[in-house]
Amino acid sequence: MILTHFLKKGLTWPITLTILIILAIAVAVPFSNLYLDPAHPLHVPNHLVGLFGKYLTYALLALALDLVWGYCGILSLGHGAFFALGGYAMGMYLMRQIGSRGVYGDPVLPDFMVFLNWQELPWFWYGFDQFWFAALMIILVPGGLAFIFGWFAFRSRVTGVYLSIITQAMTYALLLAFFRNDMGFGGNNGLTDFKDILGYDIQASTTRAGLFSASAIALALGVLITAAITGSQFGKLMIAVRDAESRTRFLGYRPEMVKLFAFVVSAIMAGIAGALYVPQVGIINPGEFAPANSIEVVVWTAVGGRGTIIGPIIGALVVNGGKSWFTGAFPEYWLFALGGLFVLVTLLLPKGIVGTVRDGWAKLRPAKQAPIESDTTQKPADQANSQPQAAE
Amino acid sequence: MYRKSILALLTIWCLSLFAPVANAQDADLQAIIQKFATSKNFNQTKAIVTELAETGDASVAGVLNALSDGSVYFRKSDNQVFVVPGSGKTLELFDPLTGEAAGEAGKRDLKKVKVNNALRRSIRDAIGGLTLASENPSVRLTAANTLAANPDVEALPAIEAALERETDDTVAKRLRQAQASAILISDRSLEDKTNAVNVMTALGNREALAFLTRFEAQADGELKTLAARAITKIEKNLKLWGMGQNVWYGVSLGSVLLLAAIGLAITFGVMGVINMAHGEMVMLGAYTTYLVQEIIRNSMPELMDWSLLIALPLAFMVSALVGLVLERGVIRFLYGRPLETLLATWGVSLILQQAVRTLFGPSNQEVSNPSWMSGAFELGQITITWNRLYILIFALCVFAVLLWAFNKTSLGLQMRAVTQNRRMASAMGIRTPWVDALTFMLGSGIAGIAGVALSQIDNVSPNLGQSYIIDSFMVVVFGGVGNLWGTLVGALSLGVFNKFLEPYAGAVLGKILVLVFIILFIQKKPRGLFALKGRAIET
Repeated sequence: MILTHFLKKGLTWPITLTILIILAIAVAVPFSNLYLDPAHPLHVPNHLVGLFGKYLTYALLALALDLVWGYCGILSLGHGAFFALGGYAMGMYLMRQIGSRGVYGDPVLPDFMVFLNWQELPWFWYGFDQFWFAALMIILVPGGLAFIFGWFAFRSRVTGVYLSIITQAMTYALLLAFFRNDMGFGGNNGLTDFKDILGYDIQASTTRAGLFSASAIALALGVLITAAITGSQFGKLMIAVRDAESRTRFLGYRPEMVKLFAFVVSAIMAGIAGALYVPQVGIINPGEFAPANSIEVVVWTAVGGRGTIIGPIIGALVVNGGKSWFTGAFPEYWLFALGGLFVLVTLLLPKGIVGTVRDGWAKLRPAKQAPIESDTTQKPADQANSQPQAAE
Repeated sequence: MYRKSILALLTIWCLSLFAPVANAQDADLQAIIQKFATSKNFNQTKAIVTELAETGDASVAGVLNALSDGSVYFRKSDNQVFVVPGSGKTLELFDPLTGEAAGEAGKRDLKKVKVNNALRRSIRDAIGGLTLASENPSVRLTAANTLAANPDVEALPAIEAALERETDDTVAKRLRQAQASAILISDRSLEDKTNAVNVMTALGNREALAFLTRFEAQADGELKTLAARAITKIEKNLKLWGMGQNVWYGVSLGSVLLLAAIGLAITFGVMGVINMAHGEMVMLGAYTTYLVQEIIRNSMPELMDWSLLIALPLAFMVSALVGLVLERGVIRFLYGRPLETLLATWGVSLILQQAVRTLFGPSNQEVSNPSWMSGAFELGQITITWNRLYILIFALCVFAVLLWAFNKTSLGLQMRAVTQNRRMASAMGIRTPWVDALTFMLGSGIAGIAGVALSQIDNVSPNLGQSYIIDSFMVVVFGGVGNLWGTLVGALSLGVFNKFLEPYAGAVLGKILVLVFIILFIQKKPRGLFALKGRAIET
């Protein structure tokens, strides 16, 4: 419905351009990796394909967070949990594909279960030998969790920092849970040692190139969906909820439903990002649930510019590129840099790279209409801060 | 070498001063001990052991122990008895009474004084009886514990004799237990045994329960029913004590949570600031303690017991100073944007962590307990460690001081005014930025002294703060923002709740359940247990 409206109305040129660039990358990088001579200056070596593929899934995750934070004002500190859940669903499929090639050679049970002396597959592992089932779970599990969590949280009007803190508690609880061996998800070590995906060798460069393309296409789709949602009437409602939730409610809308929709869509996007991430890095472990990871996603989005579509993508690429370079060059100082980035971005670049550039552009060309989304600052200072008078 | 021999000479000379007294007794003992060489069979050896025990002189315990270990030998040539602990071809000899070296001898020249298991038992009883007579209460306690754990009818007279002259309560209690269990397996009268069961019930510990259960299985008639009744009673009591122990663990955990969260409650409550770097303030306090102890250890070790008291004000100042810089440098610009504050302070926490890691290394630093904080004592069946108790007291003191500061000082009044209505407070002439800065300093400083306390029970590493930050947020959110009592109740109830879940669900699952509980609780009461009531729509 939203999509048809959006397609009828037409894509704005920056979105079209972004999607085209991403699709071009989806074709060009694998092509250069597979068909260009290694000596060719434009040749992309294997490890870079994997690295960039990982960045693309991060970009999708940042975009998912931007949909709820930038457009709907929900600062989720638990998006890493949806990412990891999607990743685990994919990991379980990949574990089942190992079959009898594991260390213990059990045709059904994954290695860690044999190691823990489990006699049969737990019920929640059923069906994961089929890709369609795993794919369904990649959507349903993060989406379902987001729906249940959001249903309760938004209806009881948990907002602002309280919501942020309970999303953090959620991912922390999942972190603790997945660390337990009895949960049946490999405990501390997580799921690893994958062999095949859809019958193709997961280590082969063609498969890796394919995964890269899949990540890029997923990101392009994510951009399309985000643009469609935010460009629609519903998107305006989301922004209204972000900027004045009570006022929107008084006008007769139901902000909790708006938020719930955005939250679930965003969680599904994050889950898909996680599912594409796992085969490219070859492991998923409970560390992905760490609250610190989720907060890092927030900084990618903030650096790029929340409330924009291109911003989180640029942010994820820039910050992670910086991280790769930094941890190689000065491993000691990466946390200083990341911490400094948090502080500087919130103090000096509240609108992120894209927002700042766009504002500058708008100032240079005052005749053009100012885009709606640019207002990312929160409520007026004192309102959010002051508590109401206490009843004595 | 030279000095050593002089020292030995001096010692001998000193000893010789007392020689006339000591020698008279030692000669008797020596004479008895030498009989081992001529003992023909186990019965005779046993008689010698009994004779030795009857002297009541604790100095024969050494040779009796050695005898039980099978390391008492005599020289074939002159029937001289020695203790020979080693093995090999040539053996070192030691005097059985004084334990002094007495030359060497070949293995062939020596003969072992033989022992069997029955003999070993009577030796053990003899030693038990001897050590029960010791001057040192802790030696007596060990002896009483051994006897209580392995009840022995033959030790009964010794136990009863010791019980009569025992002055120490703890030892007497253990002796009574040993006596009661020994009576139950002896052939004494029914009345005595009934009394013994009653004594056991009154003692009511796990050991008594285990013993009575064993006793009940083989007893018959009246005693069996009596024992069964005693068992149910003890079990009920132990269950109660177990709950008491859980409550104590919970309260202890709660006090730790309270310490970690109370500073946060102030900054979050008054300023609406989410300080993600709060845990790092705790960590800075712990590292200050570490530094203070390092300096004391290197320059004035006699002050070690005072190290924590010295560290307290320093930790407060260090953390408060960092807090002030943080407030003036970062948070000031972000008032009214709580989500941004959250991100910026998270960044600061990363920087502080990495700074500490760079300065002190990633590993755990050793912070020692002062002597008055180590050890434990027992309250009924509950074991309480001193450091946990002191931390509880300390947490309550900090809470009381803060409560006083909040309610009785003018700064506290201003803080409360700003919490309730910032604009109105400002209109009344309160310098809100000034109050903010002071509040933030106070909150950070409290986190610093929490770090001093937590350094006593947790690893002092750069990750110290991380492990507390989520828990303390949960406490603050659960208890309700802007209310110190809420934080107290929240911390203690979460602590107790957690510890009561642990036996059923395990530590990790218990923690997960607590988190889920809080998530659900916030749905029901989004402003916490003790919320400030008001009429505004958006807060």
